Amino acid sequence: MIQDTVTEDVLLRKPLFVFFLFVITFIISFSVDPSQSFIGHLLEPALGDPEKSGLYGRFVTSFMLAVLFVLNLTAIGFLPRFRFQVIVVWIELLILFLSFFYSFDLSFEFIRSKIWFMISQGIFTTLYVSAISIVIAFLIAIVGAVAKMSSNGFAYAIASFYTSFFRGLPLLMQVYLIYLGFPQVGYVIDAVPAGIIALSLCYGAYMTEIFRAGIMSIDAGQWEGSRALGFKFGLIMRKIILPQSIPLIIPPTGNQFIAMLKDSSLVSVIGVWELMFLAKTLGNKTFNHMEMLITAAMLYWMMTMVLELIQSRIERKYQKRQSR
Amino acid sequence: MSETNQNAKGPIISIKEMNKYYGDFHALTDIDLEVNVGERIVICGPSGSGKSTLIRCLNRLEAHQSGSVNVNGIELHQHMKDIDKVRSEVGMVFQHFNLFPHMTVLENCTAGPMWVNKLPPSEAHEIAMKYLERVNIPEQADKYPAQLSGGQQQRVAIARSLCMNPKVMLFDEPTSALDPEMVSEVLDTMTSLAQSGMTMIVVTHEMGFAKQVADRVIFMDEGKIVESNEPIAFFENPQSDRTKKFLSQVLVH
Repeated sequence: MIQDTVTEDVLLRKPLFVFFLFVITFIISFSVDPSQSFIGHLLEPALGDPEKSGLYGRFVTSFMLAVLFVLNLTAIGFLPRFRFQVIVVWIELLILFLSFFYSFDLSFEFIRSKIWFMISQGIFTTLYVSAISIVIAFLIAIVGAVAKMSSNGFAYAIASFYTSFFRGLPLLMQVYLIYLGFPQVGYVIDAVPAGIIALSLCYGAYMTEIFRAGIMSIDAGQWEGSRALGFKFGLIMRKIILPQSIPLIIPPTGNQFIAMLKDSSLVSVIGVWELMFLAKTLGNKTFNHMEMLITAAMLYWMMTMVLELIQSRIERKYQKRQSR
Repeated sequence: MSETNQNAKGPIISIKEMNKYYGDFHALTDIDLEVNVGERIVICGPSGSGKSTLIRCLNRLEAHQSGSVNVNGIELHQHMKDIDKVRSEVGMVFQHFNLFPHMTVLENCTAGPMWVNKLPPSEAHEIAMKYLERVNIPEQADKYPAQLSGGQQQRVAIARSLCMNPKVMLFDEPTSALDPEMVSEVLDTMTSLAQSGMTMIVVTHEMGFAKQVADRVIFMDEGKIVESNEPIAFFENPQSDRTKKFLSQVLVH
């Protein structure tokens, strides 16, 4: 999106809008009754026991909550720069989420005792299963895309059957089918290779379409220019078309990798010791389910944040090259 | 150019009763044309008259449905094995340049010699620089196409084709996409190329170029060759009414 050079009035500096916001938050918080929550306890000196404060307590706590919310928003609105606003809002939302988790009364002792194992075993497995799968999917996608654009009936039929089948089945089912299906034909397959095969076949099917779109978006003139020089198909693809479509393919591929990182949790069902599997099994014995799930969630989130950062770096690099 | 040791004046391109269809649309009708070695031909005509289609049939970027197209002694047809060989000997310059944007000017020029003719990099480099000097932009060799003006890009495209040492050069409206002030630098390059004896077939609306350079001017309309004559006769004494009308429209400006 391209920003306009003329900015509109900041909504948060219009009294009517701020008042409107206040009313809305008040109504919402009044209807959920915050008098029993932390704000009720904070106001205990004024209200007395939150349990017995009744409608009056409900009104006062909702009112205070709405005031806090609107004051906070207005304050953020007055921050001088876009960047500050983003940072402050991020921190506030993060605190909100963490305090939500904190209110579960988690055993941090337990998390501390397991977290290194989760990182060394879980993250490691998750990362290498995903990385191998995305590389295989990448290769499948190149072949699949070329096949789907070819005039050869066999190639097109096989490629379109493949994408249709693997995009049409739930990934979880593919994982089961491969892990349990191969032994049926006499070939027992380990959990990790089965998981990798399922992930790469499924993502290869999606990425085939991404690659096809990337290749098709290259101007027909590039094909004509290369052909007029006497280049053969393979050479044109390798040296002219793919180098130009890769920058277009990289951002959605990064996206697919992030999605795969989380979908790799599905291979936990066949007993691969990745993050999700550990989260489920480690907490089982002592009923610390919540601790492990939240830890795994945070680890997944951190991994994707790192990947998003890397992706935006790569994207910027390619953009720079294209604008040359 | 260097070794066009064809039997001196024999035709390098000969088209006989060629017809081309796009589905039901009859794009080219009964085209007969012979081009001799060293001949310069300008094809003109209103848009949609089939002039670009005609020259695109000469290196089989487009397929013809009937009749025959013979380039440098090789018959073009659907199942031929050596189309790449024909194409590497027929240079083509496009309206929109079709340079490879991810490669430098030099890489654009060395690609053909290295990848098709399998020359070693040093030799390809030498050839590329020779032709970049010939089109007067050796100093731009390490830039990317997007950094050049339209006229410069088109000259690079000409150099890129010349690096393959072609026997014929096809030009498909080479100046139509250029800003007016850049047209002359490209036409000058083409004129000097013509003076060096290159066989050229040029689709263009630049009538000045036609008068100055062409051995023969061909006028096309509705997929047919309407008139074909030497430039002086063509411009001063056009035979058909359609040619007269076209010329009156083009030459007014």
